[in-house]
Amino acid sequence: MAKVYIPLDMAAVAMGADKLAAAVAQEAAARGENVEIVRNGSRGMLWLEPLIEVETPAGRVGYGPAKVKDVASLFDAGFLAGGAHRLSIGIVDEHPWMKRQNRVTFVRCGVIDPLSVAEYEAHDGFKGLQRAFAVGPAAVVEEVTKSGLRGRGGAGFPTGIKWKTVADCPPGKKYVVVNADEGDSGTFADRMIMEGDPLSLIEGMLICGYAVGASKGYVYLRSEYPIVAKVFQSAIEKALEAGWLGNNIKGSGFDFDVELRIGAGAYVCGEETSLLESLEGKRGIVRAKPPLPAHVGLFGKPTVINNVLSMATIPMIMEKGAKHYADLGVGRSRGTMPLQIAGNVKYGGLFETDFGIPLGTVVNEIAGGTRSGRPVRAVQVGGPLGAYVPVSLFDLPIDYEAFAAKDSLIGHGGLVVFDDTVDMSWMARFGMEFCAIESCGKCTPCRLGSTRGVETIDKIRSGQNVDANIDLLKDLCHTMRFGSLCALGGFAPYPVESALRHFPEDFRKSALEAAE
Amino acid sequence: MSGAAQYSDERAREIIAAHMGLEGPAMPILHALQEEFGYVPDAAVKQMAEALNISRAEMHGVVTFYHDFRRAPHGRHTLKLCRAESCQSMGAERQARAFLDKLKLDWGGTTPDGALTVEPIYCLGLCAHSPSALYDGEPIGCVDAERLDEIAAEARD
Repeated sequence: MAKVYIPLDMAAVAMGADKLAAAVAQEAAARGENVEIVRNGSRGMLWLEPLIEVETPAGRVGYGPAKVKDVASLFDAGFLAGGAHRLSIGIVDEHPWMKRQNRVTFVRCGVIDPLSVAEYEAHDGFKGLQRAFAVGPAAVVEEVTKSGLRGRGGAGFPTGIKWKTVADCPPGKKYVVVNADEGDSGTFADRMIMEGDPLSLIEGMLICGYAVGASKGYVYLRSEYPIVAKVFQSAIEKALEAGWLGNNIKGSGFDFDVELRIGAGAYVCGEETSLLESLEGKRGIVRAKPPLPAHVGLFGKPTVINNVLSMATIPMIMEKGAKHYADLGVGRSRGTMPLQIAGNVKYGGLFETDFGIPLGTVVNEIAGGTRSGRPVRAVQVGGPLGAYVPVSLFDLPIDYEAFAAKDSLIGHGGLVVFDDTVDMSWMARFGMEFCAIESCGKCTPCRLGSTRGVETIDKIRSGQNVDANIDLLKDLCHTMRFGSLCALGGFAPYPVESALRHFPEDFRKSALEAAE
Repeated sequence: MSGAAQYSDERAREIIAAHMGLEGPAMPILHALQEEFGYVPDAAVKQMAEALNISRAEMHGVVTFYHDFRRAPHGRHTLKLCRAESCQSMGAERQARAFLDKLKLDWGGTTPDGALTVEPIYCLGLCAHSPSALYDGEPIGCVDAERLDEIAAEARD
């Protein structure tokens, strides 16, 4: 029987994967071909979605982007045996885009059936947890600390230190919370891993719970990801059936449950304390720190709160050891970063690589420049709170410290590329507008500053007292940056200040026009 | 949206009761109410406040904090267009403006026949296929003006 893979990934579905899968099944039946269709995660070559893969003795052969109208010709070309077709990309693992990567967190994503516990186990799944059970909780915390893993949500805080703080709290009720409120524009790595390899996240949570002494885990998922909700809920049920969740897991004496909770469209709930408030059923208002969530977290109990990618990387660290992971990367940025290449690019998708690769290499070579064919003007790195980086800084390596030195951030690893038609004063205005829409309202710099920011940029754009208003805007950014309670107000100035610094001409255009 | 049930106090009570065993049940209850009735009616908010033993003001505060929870029935179909940076890099803002102008709507507005509500959304994680949209929960990548017109026509059928 031929095995055919068609992704269930939301991006693939958005490009017609569900209809394609139905058409392949129908055509196979009509031709009397025996075909098993596996709905896998995406390989990350999103410009090829929907990508059909067929298992052959030489490896998996890919065809994409495939449409319903291509199905008959694919069968005619003998694609079930890897036959030649204009959509063929050859052996998927040999594709240059795949070959250039170092897949660590995403090693199984797109490869396995995400909802098969047996396949997960066959691809080294749950080996990390078993090793954790063998070495004991204290050694797990030690291993995670040594790996140098830093929170992939954006702040880059060392994961091991967070875990140790919770582990050191007196025994009692503790929680593991996963932040799956991936709201940054240009990011989709959490979504992809939860659709393509959800059991790795569950395993990471199990290891964490075991290490810190928690028996309950929550995953807070944004409502904008309906397919993740379905896949992940089903993964929880499969893990429970297979005895990887529940009481006395595989005879270890360790109990753990995972519950999925859905957010309701508030960007600020990606901020960890706001997320905890929301889980508790309150307005998603940011809490002042201290106390840290590690001491006083969900329902006032010690809580580990980690991003999806951090948690999904844990099983591999436990399986292969801290050194294996720490040997990758540069400086204090250890391991790999799953970059998400997005916006106006020819080849968008997920590209996992060791830290240290220059930004320009990613944009020009890997992403292939813009989809519109026009010159690249700016790249926003790290979501709506990230800086706009001009082409002149393209030699900047992907590294937390190198970006920080240029008043920029890597954040969650999203790259949004803009061509030369972009109006940077408009993007700066949008940054402030977004902050005003999403501000939780607790602190004044963010709540009022963002609205004043929009008004001030409007004045600049219409040519009113441009110099004075630019000074005012800079002053406002300074206040927001240092006076806000959390990263929403604190980082919202990054896109604005970087636009002012690198693209000052865009703030004078309207003034010039007005003068004419 | 078209499958939304008529509001009844009794049904709301059942929904609330079904979730009371959860830790922090407010968000799951609100989602379940909206799923059932298509929005979160005031009468249900009052019941929730009683069940959770908090003031109505506090409960009101929770409901209104989140963009997703609606306070009134919406159109029979909902189209969410992404306005975030990645989609803007592919001209989403201009495209959305033109579409809204054509329907004589503003963001969040519903066509006079009650067929279609158009809302902004800030990132669907489909950023390699910008501009993106969500139509009645179904994701759509690389949305162009033609596809938007088809959706508007489809909604009215």
